[in-house]
Amino acid sequence: MHTFEFIRPPDSAAAIAAAAKSKTAQQGADIRFMGGGTTLIDLMKLNVETPDRVLDINRLPLDKIEVMPDGGLKIGATARNSDLAYHAKVQSDYSVLSQAILQGASAQIRNMATVAGNLLQRTRCVYFRDTAMACNKREPGTGCPAITGHNRTLAIFGASEHCIATNPSDMCIALAALEATVHIQGPKGTRAVAFGDFHVLPGNTPQRETVLEPGDLITHVTLPPPIAGSKQHYLKLRDRASYEFALASAAIVLTIAGGKITRARVALGGVGTKPWRSPEAEAALTGKSVNEATFRQAAEAALQGAKPQSENRFKIELAKRCITHALRTAAAA
Amino acid sequence: MAEVDRSRRTFLKTSGTTAAAGVISAYLPAHATAAESTPESEATRPAIEGAVPITLRINGKDHKLNIDPRTTLLDCIRETVVLTGTKKGCDHGQCGACTVHVNGKRVLSCLNLALMHDGNEITTIEGLGTPEAMHPMQKAFVDCDGYQCGYCTSGQIMSAVALLKEPCGPDDAAVKELMSGNICRCGAYANIVQAIQQVRNSTSDRA
Repeated sequence: MHTFEFIRPPDSAAAIAAAAKSKTAQQGADIRFMGGGTTLIDLMKLNVETPDRVLDINRLPLDKIEVMPDGGLKIGATARNSDLAYHAKVQSDYSVLSQAILQGASAQIRNMATVAGNLLQRTRCVYFRDTAMACNKREPGTGCPAITGHNRTLAIFGASEHCIATNPSDMCIALAALEATVHIQGPKGTRAVAFGDFHVLPGNTPQRETVLEPGDLITHVTLPPPIAGSKQHYLKLRDRASYEFALASAAIVLTIAGGKITRARVALGGVGTKPWRSPEAEAALTGKSVNEATFRQAAEAALQGAKPQSENRFKIELAKRCITHALRTAAAA
Repeated sequence: MAEVDRSRRTFLKTSGTTAAAGVISAYLPAHATAAESTPESEATRPAIEGAVPITLRINGKDHKLNIDPRTTLLDCIRETVVLTGTKKGCDHGQCGACTVHVNGKRVLSCLNLALMHDGNEITTIEGLGTPEAMHPMQKAFVDCDGYQCGYCTSGQIMSAVALLKEPCGPDDAAVKELMSGNICRCGAYANIVQAIQQVRNSTSDRA
């Protein structure tokens, strides 16, 4: 591990001022905020991340989970994944989020990992994690050996000729389906970013994964007020039953009235270079009767634009079955 | 015959006079012998460039330390404080062997920096019980034969004790799911689940 200076800023303003001196935005930067450490310390041991300064934000008052006056939920940046998953309001009104978190990682990691850290979780692509290999995300311009190499677990949505790495998060898939908002405080003030706009596609700049600029601190995430009677489900398919990243997952939020789907939100995990919302599936569901044919049509629509890699064509059918099964389970909930 | 000291580390140290001495001592911390019985004072420890002072509270005892900022909580516990019950398995958060409690919650000590933990209450397997007065979970692991080689055991037990206070369904499947972060390469899983269920059932009987 490279040497670094460990700093504990006394407040958010000091944290932002210290991080604003960084050359790039947060991920891969020379100055890094540290939350739970579950991604960052792992990657620092591998010399994939080599910050000169580490800013410990765990003691900042950013860990609260509060119901807002409008009935929505305000989730502090350093709230632990387990505290969020077991929160009574999340379990009753945003169950897809609780399910997604509890199917991710292990109990120990969920006790450590923060909400903001999960938003910035980095890919598990083996080439990214190995400094002996080329990787456009880690070292821009060196190439992407995954495209012609081991890519079974990598993306079928949102890839570019420079990067096909999958976003590994479960929590983010639920936040995409719940239409969360990410709140950021930076050197120029505060701003709110719709969840779908927070992560960016790799394109020509796979080293850039979010809209964060140097000094930007995620302070909290908000969820809109719950929709009465909405039916929710998170289904995760993986190589083993627990403690494994998704090959395909689906977060579903449905509203059903008179046997018809009046509102649908569908997001997919394990298949995209960012948390993958599917407006195609949502359109195929809205206004339709609740039955198997509708579910299958939505799954077909969702995977229409998928582009498989050399080793993961199976993900297309897997994702379709994942969506169909998740819709069936949600509708019956 | 006198009472045998079963500690593996004591065995390794006392066999230092044998032919294997050179090999074994290379794998022990240079100060292990002195530190385990009489903790070394800061003055006698070699200076570390860029070291930062910190007080860590482990098993109810404060330790004043000077550590390199890169030191993980795991390495600090094992190499600096010389509490070697906590094990280093993968060192990347994939095996659970390094599980300890921080303020009563189970965490992976390999994915935390020691400097993040001043003021926190850290508990390791040494703080849970002793061979003479075992924690009920330690006793259950012995009763149920919940191990073979024993390397993952302290992590399994720390995880299992924390699980008692977490939302966990009554059936074995729920226990397995919440214990999935602790890998046992000997495959003692069935007995580990049995040990945990034995403690859960006896606790609920008393309640």
